[in-house]
Amino acid sequence: MGSANREKFDNTVVEWIDSRMPIFTILNKEYGVFPTPRNFNYFWNFGAIAMFMLMTMIITGIILAMHYTADTKLAFDSVERIMRDVNGGWLLRYIHMNGASFFFIAVYIHMFRGIYYGSYKKPRELLWILGVIIFLLMMATAFIGYVLPWGQMSLWGATVITNLFSAVPFVGNWIVETLWGGYSVDNPTLTRFFALHFLLPFVIFAVVFLHVWALHVSGSNNPLGIEPKGPQDTLPFNPYYTAKDTFGLVVFMVAYAFFIFFAPDFLGHPDNYIPADPLVTPAHIVPEWYFLPFYAILRAVTFSINWYLIIGAGLCAYAFIKWMTKNKERESFFVKEYMVFVLPALFLFVLGAVIAFIPVSEQQFVDGELQYVGIARIIEGIRYYFTFDFLIPDSIRGTTEAVEMRVAIDALLIPISAKLGGVLAMFGSIALLIVLPWLDSHPVRSARFRPLFRIFVLLFTVSVGILGYAGSQPADKVYWSTCLGDAVACEALAHGGHGAGAEHHSDASATTIIKLDNTMLAQAFTGFYFAFFLIIIPLLGRFEKARALPYSIHEAVLGKEQRAGV
Amino acid sequence: MSAEIQTGNDNTHACCECDCGTRRDFMQLAAAAFGAVGLGFFVKPVIDSLRPAKDTQALATVEVDIGSVPEGESMTVMWRGKPVFIRHRTRKEIEMAQAVDVQSLTDKQSDEERVKKGKEQWLVTVGVCTHLGCIPQGQKPTDNRGGYDGWFCSCHGSEYDTSGRIRKGPAPKNLDVPPYEFVNDTTIKIG
Ligand code: HEM
Ligand code: FES
Repeated sequence: MGSANREKFDNTVVEWIDSRMPIFTILNKEYGVFPTPRNFNYFWNFGAIAMFMLMTMIITGIILAMHYTADTKLAFDSVERIMRDVNGGWLLRYIHMNGASFFFIAVYIHMFRGIYYGSYKKPRELLWILGVIIFLLMMATAFIGYVLPWGQMSLWGATVITNLFSAVPFVGNWIVETLWGGYSVDNPTLTRFFALHFLLPFVIFAVVFLHVWALHVSGSNNPLGIEPKGPQDTLPFNPYYTAKDTFGLVVFMVAYAFFIFFAPDFLGHPDNYIPADPLVTPAHIVPEWYFLPFYAILRAVTFSINWYLIIGAGLCAYAFIKWMTKNKERESFFVKEYMVFVLPALFLFVLGAVIAFIPVSEQQFVDGELQYVGIARIIEGIRYYFTFDFLIPDSIRGTTEAVEMRVAIDALLIPISAKLGGVLAMFGSIALLIVLPWLDSHPVRSARFRPLFRIFVLLFTVSVGILGYAGSQPADKVYWSTCLGDAVACEALAHGGHGAGAEHHSDASATTIIKLDNTMLAQAFTGFYFAFFLIIIPLLGRFEKARALPYSIHEAVLGKEQRAGV
Repeated sequence: MSAEIQTGNDNTHACCECDCGTRRDFMQLAAAAFGAVGLGFFVKPVIDSLRPAKDTQALATVEVDIGSVPEGESMTVMWRGKPVFIRHRTRKEIEMAQAVDVQSLTDKQSDEERVKKGKEQWLVTVGVCTHLGCIPQGQKPTDNRGGYDGWFCSCHGSEYDTSGRIRKGPAPKNLDVPPYEFVNDTTIKIG
């Protein structure tokens, strides 16, 4: 932090301090005269807003902590005491409670900005990654904070989410017990969560410092996504952007204050005003709204993932990467690779899907023989051979020995259970953000000049919203269904049918029900989420033709004729 | 003094001609290794302190009088902070549980493995969904018991049968059977 060529301050006290520790010089350099692109739009307000929210959370949080008691017997009442007896306690709590939501609103808009205008690209990759780390820390902090009031949603939300880690092979239960400090979410869990909830915001603060440091090395991106070429393209941060940031902040605070004073519980869940009860699970557990898209992705994986699917996906990925990175001369490549990788992959996908998705039909024995008809016969045939069922000698069928063999074979055939698959998908969906700078190889940053990228980013944003909606609805909610086949049987089923997807009912084999339920909705949009990052972005990176970029920021802002004048 | 320092420097030079590393490299590595071992000795008790404490661990055994539970009904008791379901099964429920082809199950267990011989009417399970830990419904006859007359977990729609086995939905395992024994015909000891 060089003080070598420091300019003197007029104020003698400031000068006295600055000559010993050049803090005012640094502040002036980074926040005073800091050259900032002159063409920011309001999307560039949200970093400052997020910073403001972090400070708000820390200040209100520390005061809440002075009145809060981390003990399962007392926690709920201590929060109620904050609401009723502590002077102004209701206000502090509502600021903190809604503050979490508005912090996430600000950060989600901030992240959208980063994707839309390509701010994650070189040279800002590390800046972007630090941002994703802040996002992860925020999610941890908010999740843990929601446990503190020890209401029904606190307890059961914590139970469901901590149980996710039990999906980790071999050490899952050990991890979960270590998180809990017991055999269920209980007092030891609450006390450690309180300690962590106090700590993590300060860790966030430290990472925010690094984030801003990295920002001040590369400088800000801007809506055009082109680098400033000189002083004519920038403005000093103060007063131009201090003023714009303040204005945006005030508008944001109006919305925030509206919720604090007029709808303080709108974003929360009423069940959290019921004290936690380890014997009763609320009928419908939902996380806070800002987790819903990820919760939907978690729940979308309802099938276990066998080696056929994994190897098929691996082959496709290999062929895709090869094809993307091939050099133009080898035109025959596509045909060859198609035959060698993609066709076998498709075959494996069919096998894997039959095994993973189609439930084992109710087996009927006639004279001791398994009976299947029609398509069921083909499916069972595939199952028989490709799940290695034929290895089990007929002589021991029906005995526990055969069952043990089956269990052992499944353990080898299915490395990822549905539960683990859901957890991997959820964390993977965030991990993709970290590698985004390397998935997108397109040299142009801003979506303004990439018409296709722009459309897909907007579609992606909408689909995250739909995932959020899916996350808020019960898994088995049916949006649309129709019954094919025998009318009488259909009528009967309408009063007692259950289940997901197209399904054969053994009791009414004359009918087939086709449904679109919430799980399928979540699956479709989870598919799009991953396709966006893993297929669309790499493809666009290679093939999308961008529009012509303007010569410079100031030319784009002021028009061409001004260019000659500078 | 200065001569010694000189020799030290000479050693360094002499040593670097071969690729064998200096005495200083060795000292640094040794110090780092000791530091790592020391850190390990510190991390172990730190993680241990996060594990269930002795009082939490103390396998509280509970004795439960089940004589008062009529056929077809259930009771719930707490054990290790978790509910335990005790269901007095009807003939029909037992037969349903036994008739299932074990091969077709997700978690392949026969009904016999899940109850005590001669006491097939009593099913004792930990009342925690093996998916993500919700408490399934089905203890009251008026509850939604799912499609297999056992328990239904409304969190993500897992359905358990009259033997507490997972039949449908995302849960990977059957409801756990806790260690328990019959003290006499109407009393069981869990734990
Ligand atoms: C990253 C910043 C933070 C976030 C996102 C956050 C989030 C949350 C959330 C969602 C709740 C539950 C609100 C409710 O339903 O009542 C909560 C509660 C709480 N937080 Fe924070 N918090 C943050 C910072 C802090 C800090 C720095 C402290 C203290 C040093 C703190 C102390 C508390 C306390 C004592 C409660 C329990 C009282 C209550 O429920 O209102 N928080 N926090
Ligand atoms: S916790 Fe029971 S289905 Fe998810």
